[in-house]
Amino acid sequence: MSTAQTHSAQNLTLADCLLQETGVDIRRCYQCGKCSAGCPMAAEMDYPSSVWMRMLQTGRPDLEKAVLKSQSIWLCLSCESCYVRCPMEIDIPRVADFLRAASKRRGLVHPRARNILRFHTAFLDSIRYTGRLYEMGMVVDYKVRSRKWWQDLLTAPGLFLRGKLNLLPHRVKHPKAMRKLFKWAAEDKEARI
Amino acid sequence: MKMGYYPGCSISGSSREYGESLLAVLRALDVELAEVEDWNCCGASAAHNLNHTLSLALPARSLALAEQQGFQELLVPCAACFSRLAATRKALMADDAKRRQIADLVELPMKNIPVSINLLQLLQRVLPENLKEKLRAPFDYKVACYYGCLLVRPAEVVEFDREEDPEEMDRIMEKIGAAPLDWAFKTECCGAGFSVPRTDVVGRLCARILDDAVSRGAEAVIVACPMCHSNLDMRRQASESHSGKKYTIPILYVTQAIGLALGLDAKQLGLQRHIVPVRLSAGKSSQILENAPA
Repeated sequence: MSTAQTHSAQNLTLADCLLQETGVDIRRCYQCGKCSAGCPMAAEMDYPSSVWMRMLQTGRPDLEKAVLKSQSIWLCLSCESCYVRCPMEIDIPRVADFLRAASKRRGLVHPRARNILRFHTAFLDSIRYTGRLYEMGMVVDYKVRSRKWWQDLLTAPGLFLRGKLNLLPHRVKHPKAMRKLFKWAAEDKEARI
Repeated sequence: MKMGYYPGCSISGSSREYGESLLAVLRALDVELAEVEDWNCCGASAAHNLNHTLSLALPARSLALAEQQGFQELLVPCAACFSRLAATRKALMADDAKRRQIADLVELPMKNIPVSINLLQLLQRVLPENLKEKLRAPFDYKVACYYGCLLVRPAEVVEFDREEDPEEMDRIMEKIGAAPLDWAFKTECCGAGFSVPRTDVVGRLCARILDDAVSRGAEAVIVACPMCHSNLDMRRQASESHSGKKYTIPILYVTQAIGLALGLDAKQLGLQRHIVPVRLSAGKSSQILENAPA
């Protein structure tokens, strides 16, 4: 892939790109393991955060690829527990954001994480067109993408009866402004690494 | 001057009882809000998960509109929106080039970006010292105050309370006659945006939270975030199928508890919209609930 070539031609590791783009320096990590110990998702991760930090520190392309292919980076809930506990104040959720964008760009998304990506995509598509989240539209979009047709079918009527489900979207008055923002953001550098 | 109000998408949809109870309580306390006109979605976790620039651009437009409409402060009751708006302001204040780029895109000045405050910060300011005298039905229950993640983390963004053992909601509960409990899951994650793509994760995380609250004798869990509420209330079944237990503990927004204590009508507070019925056993508030029109 073209960007992967650029990155090796310049002899930049993924950690170097991360530092350049986000200012987060993972070389500071000294493997205390506090982030993994407090992570609510660590038990389900193939590599908990402290492990993928070490993998990236080595700068080895095979390990970098393994991180980008991992389920872990998609399981991160951005709850910020790791960040507030890190003795070196490394913004780990920001690292995860960077890795997800890179993983998506390079087509390395873990098969079992694809529904999480489909959900995020359906969410953003909803905003792109209406400016505000249209919950029902987004869930239908997600069902089409994930083919989870039956999920939550029994929840919906209860929500509707309780007045929690809008049948029609709320739109912003200037949908063009939204499209402009999306277009500009599509040129985001991180999404290109 | 009126305070700006950024309701966010959840409050306009699946969590409308949060907005209803908030408006009812603030009206009773004579606090006026003015909704930011034409606000848009903050992008929530979806935006920052996939595109960092978008995660700044989306909240920035709403902040720029709020500035143009003359607001210096915005009430942002959803913890996720609050975190995104506060993080965006911080990022743009530190990055002049990006701020100017976005200002050009949205065709607004973006010179004095308004400050976002969460609901607990506002309540801290507006709840009167002599509130106890004004209570018509003190909320005399044992409660577990659940803050979740984004109201208190990270401190440099939210500039509010303590990251690990916050106290502000507990203090507010004491003011309305409740007994906030000391418990272990005040700031543990509920599973947030995984409600749809990984409901099983939400079940596992919420079951831990409910288990701890129940085992310490809590009669209600109090929240100030639509995601926390929907995962603990709407997704109750996921928690139950994870742990194999039945939980009946209701989840109340902080504004619903205050509203009941002030003697406001249960329906006005949106209690009928919950999936887990709000049945509170002893105490004066239970009378209000029973007398409420169906």
